[in-house]
Amino acid sequence: MSSHTYDYLDGNAAAGELSKVFSMDVTASQGQCAHCGATRPFAEAHLYMLCPGVVARCAVCEHVLLRLVNVRQRVFLDVRGMTYLSLDTPQLEASNDLDP
Amino acid sequence: MWRVGLVVALHDETPTTRTIALKVSDWPGHIAGQHVDVRLTASDGYSAVRSYSIASPPNSDTHIELTVERLRDGEVSPYLTQELTVGDRLELRGPIGGWFVWRTQQTEPIQLVAGGSGIVPLMAMIRSRLSTGIAAPFRLLYSVREPEAVLYRDELEALPSHEYSMSITYAYTRLVPKGWPRPPGRIDAALIANTTWPSSLAPTCYVCGPTSFVESTAGLLSASGNTSDKIRTERFGPTGDRQ
Repeated sequence: MSSHTYDYLDGNAAAGELSKVFSMDVTASQGQCAHCGATRPFAEAHLYMLCPGVVARCAVCEHVLLRLVNVRQRVFLDVRGMTYLSLDTPQLEASNDLDP
Repeated sequence: MWRVGLVVALHDETPTTRTIALKVSDWPGHIAGQHVDVRLTASDGYSAVRSYSIASPPNSDTHIELTVERLRDGEVSPYLTQELTVGDRLELRGPIGGWFVWRTQQTEPIQLVAGGSGIVPLMAMIRSRLSTGIAAPFRLLYSVREPEAVLYRDELEALPSHEYSMSITYAYTRLVPKGWPRPPGRIDAALIANTTWPSSLAPTCYVCGPTSFVESTAGLLSASGNTSDKIRTERFGPTGDRQ
């Protein structure tokens, strides 16, 4: 399936699943695509959820950035499609705080 | 981490859309625009998880509201909108997401664009702005099938008279009120040009709706000069009951 069929969501929809593995909110981070080099917020990745897990693809070149699959009591995570993730620590620490 | 929410009130917004008020005793607070995952588990152990935006503004108590639209072939939304009753308990994960959020510290112009029930997280932003008395300039462009399908209609209609008024433009796609200046139709370039903040003001745009709606609207905003880093999107599509 390709993006022109509009069958994807935004990376932010993966926040709940990713919270199983990461203590910080990955969707607000910047990630670099290992294929095309584009550096974008993970929240803007194209997210495919109609599969046996979650697949995030680069919004620019559609290469796979991340795969997360639940098999019984195990979570399999493949992030080799990203060169790095950069997370904004202060903002993320405040992300669950109440606004004044 | 899953929390338990006690259903304390139910309110039908439209014939197919219901607001669910929950008391979550260990709720840590949220930011406008965030969502929760709701998990339903059947007696045979089968479970389904769907994401729903939080409609209520951040506040200091432990009540939150979700607004859920019933999808005809949905697995979760028919239960939430038709069978759930006050006193029931729901499993929740959240608040979730640090990207599609509006923080009260933001002072730049805000352009909200909703397609159908995509208004829900944007309503949390509108309510957050009102409840904190922040005068950040807001505009809302709301694409909806017909006047009867407008969510939070009374509340939105009351806004212009409020001291923190904001401009609201409705784009009806199927049925318009008598004498409405624009024939039924989707958001187009002219409507973007005439009713949204000029890109020269560098507004932050929040676009939420079905995937195809978000795709076309974000494209129009981009074509009118808004840069991609100022356009934040949240799609819900055939992959779930996302609201």
